[in-house]
Amino acid sequence: MENSVKLDCRGVWKLYGPNPTAFLNKHGGNPDQDTMNKAQIIGAVRDANVQIHEGEIFVIMGLSGSGKSTLVRCLSRLVEPTAGHVEFEGRDLLSMPEAELIDVRRKKMGMVFQHFALLPHLTVLQNAAFPLDVQGVDRKTREARAHEMVELVGLKGRENYFPRQLSGGQQQRVGIARSLVAEPDLWFLDEPFSALDPLIRREMQDEFMRLQSMLRKTIIFITHDFDEAIRLADRIAVMKDGAIVQTATPEELILNPATDYVEEFTRHIPRAKVLRLATVMSPGAPEGNYAGDLQGGLSVADTVDQIEAESRPFRVINKNGEAIGTIDARTVIDVLIGRSGK
Amino acid sequence: MKFLARHILKGSRPFWLCLFGVTWVLSTYSFPLYKALDARWIIKFPKAWELQLDGWISAVMKWLVEDASFGLFSFRDLTRFISSLIEAPYQVVRSGLIDGFSTGQGQQAVEIAPSLSWIAIITILAALAFYAKDWVLAALVGGCFVYLAIFGQWESAMVTLASVIIAVPLGVVGGLLLGILAYLSPLAERMMRPVLDLMQTVPVFAYLVPILFLFGFGPVSALVATVIYAMPPMVRVSTVALQGVPTEIEEAGRMMGCSRRQMMWKVLVPSAMPTLMVGVNQVIMLSLNMVIIASMIGAGGLGYDVLTALRRLDIGGGIEAGLAIVALAIALDRLSQAFSTRTQDALPEPGLSYVKRHPWLVSVVLIMLGTGLAGLYLPAIQSYPESATLTTSAFWSDAMEWININFFDTFEAIKTFFLTYLLLPVKRFFSGVPWAWGIIAIGLAAWRVGGWKLGAMAALMALAIAASGLWAKAMITIYLCGVSVFLASVIGIPLGIWAGQNSRANSVIGAFIDTLQTLPSFVYLIPVVMLFRVGDFSAMIAVVLYALAPAVRYAAHGIREIEPEMIEAGKVSGCTKNQLLWRIKLPLATPSLLLGLNQTIMLALSMLVITALVGTRDLGQEVYIALTKANTGQGIIAGLAVAFIAITADRIVSAMARASRERLGLK
Repeated sequence: MENSVKLDCRGVWKLYGPNPTAFLNKHGGNPDQDTMNKAQIIGAVRDANVQIHEGEIFVIMGLSGSGKSTLVRCLSRLVEPTAGHVEFEGRDLLSMPEAELIDVRRKKMGMVFQHFALLPHLTVLQNAAFPLDVQGVDRKTREARAHEMVELVGLKGRENYFPRQLSGGQQQRVGIARSLVAEPDLWFLDEPFSALDPLIRREMQDEFMRLQSMLRKTIIFITHDFDEAIRLADRIAVMKDGAIVQTATPEELILNPATDYVEEFTRHIPRAKVLRLATVMSPGAPEGNYAGDLQGGLSVADTVDQIEAESRPFRVINKNGEAIGTIDARTVIDVLIGRSGK
Repeated sequence: MKFLARHILKGSRPFWLCLFGVTWVLSTYSFPLYKALDARWIIKFPKAWELQLDGWISAVMKWLVEDASFGLFSFRDLTRFISSLIEAPYQVVRSGLIDGFSTGQGQQAVEIAPSLSWIAIITILAALAFYAKDWVLAALVGGCFVYLAIFGQWESAMVTLASVIIAVPLGVVGGLLLGILAYLSPLAERMMRPVLDLMQTVPVFAYLVPILFLFGFGPVSALVATVIYAMPPMVRVSTVALQGVPTEIEEAGRMMGCSRRQMMWKVLVPSAMPTLMVGVNQVIMLSLNMVIIASMIGAGGLGYDVLTALRRLDIGGGIEAGLAIVALAIALDRLSQAFSTRTQDALPEPGLSYVKRHPWLVSVVLIMLGTGLAGLYLPAIQSYPESATLTTSAFWSDAMEWININFFDTFEAIKTFFLTYLLLPVKRFFSGVPWAWGIIAIGLAAWRVGGWKLGAMAALMALAIAASGLWAKAMITIYLCGVSVFLASVIGIPLGIWAGQNSRANSVIGAFIDTLQTLPSFVYLIPVVMLFRVGDFSAMIAVVLYALAPAVRYAAHGIREIEPEMIEAGKVSGCTKNQLLWRIKLPLATPSLLLGLNQTIMLALSMLVITALVGTRDLGQEVYIALTKANTGQGIIAGLAVAFIAITADRIVSAMARASRERLGLK
């Protein structure tokens, strides 16, 4: 990743229970599970380290109770971490005075919530305009801006509806419009599609990818759905019992799961859809007789018919057209049936 | 009841039997024992040990009013300042509703502007009802007020309404602000909770005494008492409503960068609005209730009409004024409830002219002005013509007389039956309990149910009552309350169970109970006194009627809330309908029944104090006497004694409910 670090989180702990700060200090800032159990301390987040880069979609994945929601609240300082450092654009978020924090949130951050968190007494338009209202932007400007956002998320014509008159998917579109209206740099999405039906969820994921291709935000996305994580993420952090088990790209997770726990998730993922040619190819491209050239960014699933139909291997090229490796039908079959050793 | 007892006391029957047995023996033989030992202390708390708290309190109050000073101004200046602050808006509202605006005093008064015409007031209220809900409600509310006009209660009703209009905003705003404070600061919440507990259990008359002493006789005192009485529920509702706002909404507010003030007023309070409106409805109904009662310290209006009718035993007049209160209560209740459930559909199209966007507001203002002008020439438009009023007074008097002549023996028989077989034996039992054993027995019972802390608290409160020299009166209060609660449960729980199982019964019973609950407590006294004259029996009937509602409501709720799976499981196991009820529904509904019992006790105690007007001899009477003599100390001490009984009962029954929930594994 050559892009600069937008949000840097180091050694963040969040403990619940009697006097957690003293407890953490007493155990050298790194207590183990047994000592925590004895002291009736619950480790919601344990020694979390994440660096989120400009323009990437960073997914935090974990089952319920794994601490992912608490972690994202530590990153946005909705929850005060017990220990650790969080830096946003090089500024220390945790020691920031309230006025400055409010300013950062108003101008630089946006957040989408699992249950939408729309204000029930405001219309769609007023909800979308609310962050600007809070900033003191005059009515005309903020409503014009909110109109744009409502249109962007595909709710044009429903500006005067109240949230309860909308379906779940539509309500979350309002939530998205609201979180984007102030043009934030850092966009938090806390399980935004978990409360929706599977079909709508799929549709909203597509919508999300469409928006991101236009807006290029830096995104922290929380989910308990591994499929969703694989589908959307540039990088994924898998959490278990408050700790981050592995941080990696979707492909790395599938190819080299760090623990059995991670492997358990990856087992049912169709590998061919995730793995790209550049990852599974045999590196190096000697001169020879090739069936053709294929882009390294393509997934195995997209190219399998083509490769299988040929007895000769294909050459894999990168964006600049340089040959970087070769791939043949045998490798592809290995991937498809999940035979290890690549 | 028997079932309840079996369920609650399971496993500890010997303890309760022993406790009851000892108490019964001591109660029966306390008098002979006193004679035999010549130990008067057995039945009467020794005079020498009595705390003279009432004297001190009276002295402090006297000092406050006569001598206390804050340097720049005295305490009396302060109360006068508060008075004038409340008096001014009250006069404006009253002038607008009924008196008309004028300058000058007494004979020299010159009218500048008339009050709103009766047609305008009815139009405003009906329009509000239509705005809040629909034509049906508009017709109901309009109809209630037309009734007031036709039956000659308009003037009194407007005086009462003026007090309510002033008291409600004060109570709502004050309650909301205190509720916000409690929400923001756990310390403030901890400090407020016991005060609120006490304020909700101290009987209403006890409020009136110190207020009468501080503010004098008149509408201002009545307003102060009303606001103080109606505010505590609003404080509670506000705190609960704010705590009930989903965490996500609060977080959304913070992530959007709300300042603290924006957070409260733009995010939390509007999101909590539906629950807050429930509180507003409560404030309105409690204010009406108190404004009626506060006619004793000069509120005037409908309450005063009832009070004078009761004192003169003017049957027709009392019933007429009572029905007017009922009409007013129903109109206000339904109207404010409609506002709390109102849902806004869509905003009016922008760009229309003001008149087109607000057709209702404009027509209402036109009617106000039109009838105001027309009223200058046609008095009938300004105020409902007296010649066209109907009076039902004679009808009611005749009807009552007829009932009394034809059914006198029946009523006497009923009364005598209840007195002989229920009231008197229970009274003898409670009155006979020697105070020392009474304290121990209450402590033991509370300990058994809720642990030693509760036991100690109950015993201490009982001791405090005895030490104030109020033991005998407190026992009468407990006996009357106990009998009434017993009867209310016997009638109410089966009704509730029926309503819980049958939706048609539910709609009928629900409507009946809703109406009963909206009626100010004063109203209950009227028919009871007419039929049974004064005494314990009349008091008991009024209390039972007033306290019936929670018994029914909670029983119905408890039955309805049972998981359908439980009932299906019973059916699959082959339960008959009876077995289903006794083996599955009732045990599961027990926590709810106990909560209902708790509420029934609280309502019974609050009503019991008001029945002092029909001649009981309990703590309520003590407070009432203090009120008539403006004896602050006596009133406050007797009021606190009632509050202690209420708090003890509340804690004991709550502990039982908690235990039974735990036993059933409910949350």
